[in-house]
This record gives sequence, C-alpha cells and structure tokens, in this order.
Amino acid sequence: MGSTNSTLLKIPNVEVLMQETGFSPAHIIRLHDRFKALDKEGRGHLCPQDFGEIKELAMNPIGDRIIGAFFSPGKETVDFHTFVKILAHFRPVDKDRPKEPNSPEPINSRSNKLKFAFQLYDQDKDGKISRDELLKVLRAMLGMQVTEEQLESIADRTIQEADLDRDDAISFEEFRKSLEKVNIDHKMSIRFLR
Amino acid sequence: MMKMLLLLLGCCGLVLSDQNQSAPRDQRVFPVLSINYDYVQMPFEVSLWILLASLMKLGFHLIPRLSTVVPESCLLIVVGLLVGGLIRVMGKRPPVLDSQLFFLCLLPPIILDAGYFLPLRPFTENAGSILTFAVLGTLWNTFFTGALLYICRPAALDLLPCLLFGSIVSAVDPVAVLAVFEEIHINELLHILVFGESLLNDAVTVVLYHLFEEFAHTGEVTAGDVFLGVVCFFVVALGGVLVGGVYGVLAAFTSRFTAHTRVIEPLFVFLYSYMAYLSAEVFHLSGIMALIACGVVMRPYVEANISHKSYTTIKYFLKMWSSVSETLIFIFLGVSTVAGPHAWNWTFVTITILLCLLSRVLGVVGLTFIINKYRMVKLSGKDQFIVAYGGLRGAIAFSLAFLLSNDDFPMKDMFLTAIITVIFFTVFVQGMTIRPLVDLLAVKKRKESKCSINEEIHTQFLEHLLAGIEGVCGHYGHHHWRDKLNRFNKRYIKRCLIGGERSQEPQLVSFYNKMELKQAMMLLESNSSSNLSTVTAAAPRQRSRKTLNISKEREEEIRKILRANLQKTRQRLRSYSRHTLMPDAEDDWSETRLKKQREEMERRMSHFLTVPAPPVRKLESGERLRSGSFFFSERVSAGDESIRRKPSVVKFSLEEKKPHRGPEHLLEEDEELIHHRP
Repeated sequence: MGSTNSTLLKIPNVEVLMQETGFSPAHIIRLHDRFKALDKEGRGHLCPQDFGEIKELAMNPIGDRIIGAFFSPGKETVDFHTFVKILAHFRPVDKDRPKEPNSPEPINSRSNKLKFAFQLYDQDKDGKISRDELLKVLRAMLGMQVTEEQLESIADRTIQEADLDRDDAISFEEFRKSLEKVNIDHKMSIRFLR
Repeated sequence: MMKMLLLLLGCCGLVLSDQNQSAPRDQRVFPVLSINYDYVQMPFEVSLWILLASLMKLGFHLIPRLSTVVPESCLLIVVGLLVGGLIRVMGKRPPVLDSQLFFLCLLPPIILDAGYFLPLRPFTENAGSILTFAVLGTLWNTFFTGALLYICRPAALDLLPCLLFGSIVSAVDPVAVLAVFEEIHINELLHILVFGESLLNDAVTVVLYHLFEEFAHTGEVTAGDVFLGVVCFFVVALGGVLVGGVYGVLAAFTSRFTAHTRVIEPLFVFLYSYMAYLSAEVFHLSGIMALIACGVVMRPYVEANISHKSYTTIKYFLKMWSSVSETLIFIFLGVSTVAGPHAWNWTFVTITILLCLLSRVLGVVGLTFIINKYRMVKLSGKDQFIVAYGGLRGAIAFSLAFLLSNDDFPMKDMFLTAIITVIFFTVFVQGMTIRPLVDLLAVKKRKESKCSINEEIHTQFLEHLLAGIEGVCGHYGHHHWRDKLNRFNKRYIKRCLIGGERSQEPQLVSFYNKMELKQAMMLLESNSSSNLSTVTAAAPRQRSRKTLNISKEREEEIRKILRANLQKTRQRLRSYSRHTLMPDAEDDWSETRLKKQREEMERRMSHFLTVPAPPVRKLESGERLRSGSFFFSERVSAGDESIRRKPSVVKFSLEEKKPHRGPEHLLEEDEELIHHRP
C-alpha cells in the first residue's frame, strides 16, 4: 500500500486526473506502468514512434487513426494526462452515478464515446463525415480485396441511409442516430478499465 | 402401384391354384378391389399423425383471438389430450411418446434449426452468463430439489432416486422455451439468455442423469465416483462440441465442391448435422451440443459456398421440420398423459411443483448477483424475473423419465405423473401468463430492426478501434482475441473451406450484397410497376459528381427488376429435369442481359430516335454495369468495353412512359433507359 501511494505522489496532479476521468488509484497506477513501458526512452512523454511499436496497432487497419487520436492537433507528444484522458473514454459507464445537473458529462458517457469515434472518421474536423472520408475508412477496413466501384456503391448507400438532411455527408447527429440500436456502452468499453 | 398390381395377380394365382386342387371348389369372384391395410399401416399412421398436427396448426391461426391469448403449445397439448381420450374411448391403447422416437427423430430438427440460426454475436457476448446459468443453475436446481424432496419425505424415497428425479425435472427445456418465447418477441438479451441456457444445460442433464442412474443401479457412491462424474461432465460437454465441430468442418469442406450439383446441397447440411448428433449419442456425449456446434461452425462457410436457392431451401426445410416436430411433441405429450400409467400422489406432486419454482427463483437471483459483478450491462430485477419465469420444462424431462427402468425405480409411475404435472403447470400457467406479465412489467421487446449497412460498418469500425485500444493498454481482452480469431479465420480457414472467388470477399461486401438482394426481392414482391412510378416521383438528387446523376437506390432497383424479369422469361422456357436445376440467375444473367442490351442499342441506333430528356437523369450504361458487379466483377467488365465503344446519341426519359404495365412491359421500358453520352 505504501508503494502505491508513493507512485501516486510521483504523478503530478493525480487528484485532478482521478476526478476528471473517474479512474481508481489502482487503475492510474496500472496505466502509469503501461505508459512507462511504452515510453522506452524515459522522456516522460510519448511520440508517434512509440505507438508505432505496438504490434496490435501496426496490424490494425485503422491503427494510424487511433494513434492520431491521441495527439491533439499541433502537439507532437502525449503526456500522461492526455494518455489517461483519452483512455477514459473507454471506461464502462457507471449506471449508478447520481445525475448532478451542473457537472459536465463524464468522459465515458455514451455521447462522448460516440464523439470520440466520430472524430476518428472525421479527419478534417469539419463536423461531418464526407463521402471521401468514408471512402478512406472503407478502403482501410476492406483492404485490396474490393474494387473501387464496390467501395463507392457501399459508400453511397451508407450515406443515403444515414443522411437525413440530404447534405451528402453524415453529421454527428446522423451518426448517433444510425447507431441508436447498438449498445454503445457495451461495444465501446473495455472491462479492465472499470 | 406396381405392388398393388402384383398383389392382385397373386390373388388371381391363388384363386387359380385353388381351382386346380380338388373339391370343395370355392367359386370365388375375381377380387377387383381388395383391402390390404397392414401393408401400409406404419407409414400411413405416421403420415396421419403429421397431417393431424399440421391441420391443427392451421386451425389455430384461423380462429381469430385464440392464438394471441393462448400459446400454441398449450393448444396442442389440449388437442393431444382430446385425441388420446378419443382413442381410449374407441377401446384401443393410445400410443405413448416413445423415447427413441423422441430423441432420434423429433428432437434433432428443432435443435438444428435453433443452432443453425443462432445469433452468434449476442451469444458470444453473453457466453459467460449463459454458461453460469446452464451449468451452475442446473446443478443448484438438481441438488436443491433432490435434497429437499429427500428431507420432506413425501413418498419415503432414498436419496439417489430423489436426486435423479431432481436432475430430470430441473432442466429447462429448449422446445418449450422456443415455443413460448417465439411468440412474445422479447428483447434479444433475455431471449438468448434463457434460450442459450436451455441448450447448454443438456450436457449437465445428460451427465447427472447417467451418473445417478448408474449409482442407483450399483447402489453405492464413493468419492472417486463423484470425481469421475465431474470429469465425465467435461468430457461430455467438450466431446460433444468437438464432434460437432469436426462434422461442421467436413460439411463446410464438402460444400466447397458442390458448384455443379446444386440440387443436393441442402442435403449435405442436414446429413452432416444429423450424423454429428448420432455420433455424439453413440458415445453418450451431449448430442445437443454437437448439433449446435456443427451448425455454428459450418454456417459462415456453407453460406458463402452454396447458391441462394439452396440457402432458401435449407432455411425453409429446417423451419418446416422443426415446426412439425414441435407440434408432434406437444400433441404426443397430451396423448401420453391419457395413455400412461399414473400413480397420483398429492403431496409429492405439490411439493415438486413448489420446489421447482422456489429453486428456480433462488438460483436465478443468486447467480445473477454473482455474474452482475462481471457483466458490463447488468441484469435488472425485471430481467431476472423473466429469466426465472421463463424456465419452462418440457418433453425432454418426460422422455428421460420414461427411459428409467422399472426394476431400479419402482416409483417410476409416480415420477412420470409428477413430471407431467410440472410440465403442464409450466407450459399452461407460466406459458399463458408470461405474455401479459411482459406487457405489465414493460419489458423491452425485440425491435424489428432493418439491418442497416451503417450499423454494420460502424460496428466493425468500433471493433477495430477497441482492439487497437486494447493493444495500447497492453490488455489482452475480449476484442483482442476476437480480432486474432478473425484474422486467423481470414488467412487460413476461409481459404480452405470456401471455394472460388468468394474466399476473398470481406464480410462487409457480402453483407452489402445480401442487403441489395433483399431490397430487390422486396421491391418485386410488392407491386413493382407502381413502385417504379413512385420512386421516379421522388426527386432525384443532383449530384455534383459528373459520373452519376441518378440515385444509386433507383439504379439498383432498375437493375434488379431487369434481372428478375430475365429470370422469369428464362424460366418459362426450361423443361423440367429432376437432376439439374436451372442455372442460377446470379451466374449468367449478365451475359444474357448484355446481349439483349447490345441488340437493343443497335436497333435504336438504326432508327435514330431522339426524345428530349427534361430531367437530368443521364445514365451511363458502362458505369452502371460496373457498379452493379457485386457478384462477379470479372465477367461483366469484359462486356463493358464493347458497349462503351458504341457511339449512340439516344436519350430517353422515364416519365414519358406510363407506369401501369405488367412486368413484361417493364422490361422494354427499362431497356430504353440505356443511353450513352457521346
């Protein structure tokens, strides 16, 4: 117990972090260990190469987008706080949390999870998934096994199905609506982060 | 027919030979019509029973309010009671539900139907909870019921027979659960929990049943025997799954080569599954789990290999057989109630019913408390109530009790009576009241969701995302292993088991194709010509892209109508042959259509027809064909080039044509949509 406390003290602003993200001290420590393992040169922050070394991300079709999500626009490094905040999106939802009217939504709420996923689609951050962005994602997921025309038909159909205001792109609201039947709490949570 | 003739000839022969003998001569008239019922008795009676069952099913749905109030299973049992009573009144002994007939003929179709169409995603997501309910729940029920029966001593029984009775009566029955839950359309989670439990507890039931039967036979139990029992459970469960898996792989592999014999494709599916069941039963492994494993393993590969018609055949045959089986089971249950020897013991029966209910409720509540700690989406009180209330008993319990030998178990009749009463209670009382209770408690019902390509794409995207995040966390969780399994599947297994080009087709594309096909079928089934006019009225979207100015949906519809009409004209020309099916429309519609289109275009060119086309709905034929190549990209592209090179200047608009025509006219109508840009 003493060692964990000392580790906690080494992390700056750990109280604020725990409150914002809702992680328990044990989790913060676990994530800190993981952060240190990834940060091989011990610089205290991560750069894209460190992420690139993770095998699973290299094989993942959207691995580069995931890596990109950790880095806020303009910044080239990820410090521990940002790391934990991004991972907080994937905490399972606490159903028994009392709904305080004035407090901001927790990072792991359904809406914020969906926003995170939406940002991965929407690379140019204009608030909409355009046809080209959708095509890029489909191409990444489907690889070289599909012809360009098939991709275009799928993309067209997707937009047609979801696009309610007929602007030929999927906005966040339309994205949320098309996923209303999917149990996002289940699908976007990692159990060990509870 | 031939045999009838031979019989008649035989009679003649007999008559003749009779005449050759000495007096007394019987002047027999030549028997023009004679009755020989014994010859056809067995198949005749079987067919009569099945016909009766089907007519009953038909009848229930003709009576307007009945099917909404009373579940079908109850009605069928009542019919069985009536039929049994009728037979008894006629003086004959009504047939009892023969256990061999039940386990070998009536049960497998239902389980195969359930296993083949098992929704795999919810099943795997809730596998932990399902297994807990199935294994621990059944064990708890058995021991609780058995022990309390022994303690309360309503019939002065030893411990072992009590435990055996407990094991028989505590298993939730898949047939009864299916019959009742199908009609109440409950939400997917609860459905898969109760249904999955009823399927998987077969392994536990089989082991416990054989265990206690063996012990009762030998008379004593040692600690070693108990340990062996536990080992036996794992062997039975895992062995069953293994046998099923092996047969599933065999079936998938066989289906790879059936491209030229499409007629017998469904037969392979049924035969391999049935063999899996029988093979498992040979070794006293869990036949139900073998059947489920076989269906689950072979489905993705078989569906990629077989033709669309075979898929429909399999679907409908399975549904038909399972429906008939279910009906027969319930009717026979009713008949057996009238027939069987009964030993009514008030205390025993009432205590049994009470204990069943109590143990189920306690078991569900206790287990939910434990599993909620590990679940991400917790089970609420309402969910627990439905799970507990949905634990119906059925014909499996009856058949198992029927199999008991009379010498070891002199109280067999009492057991049978009690089990029948429990079954009746659960099916009638719980089955009839569950629907109003579901409405009363406002339990979430299953949403009739149209499958949406958005959902599919985003779900896959999220799966990749989660697998990636798990990689970042360094946590080898659920998504990581699923990702690995998918990758392994794609790289090695699909290549072996799926023949031809389809092995490279990603899941998303096959999903998309299925959706397009479904939409096309829907369009044709509804009045296609009027649909066409309404769709044209819906404003086509002006796209900024230069190539396509028509909505894709519209285009697809046209394409499908064309294709279906081509199919129809071809069908009329084919002669019937038992050994070959007409080649699938999917396979060579493109060639016929291309030829037709080419001829049309040449015809038009020579007439120099030009009609002003007000709406900007140009359609480039080459483009359309290419984008429509969802089954066969290579074959169509060859025809593309030749069409593209034709320099015609013909434009038509759809609005000129009147929409009120039959499908044959639609063919010409749509052909005229083909026009090129210079």
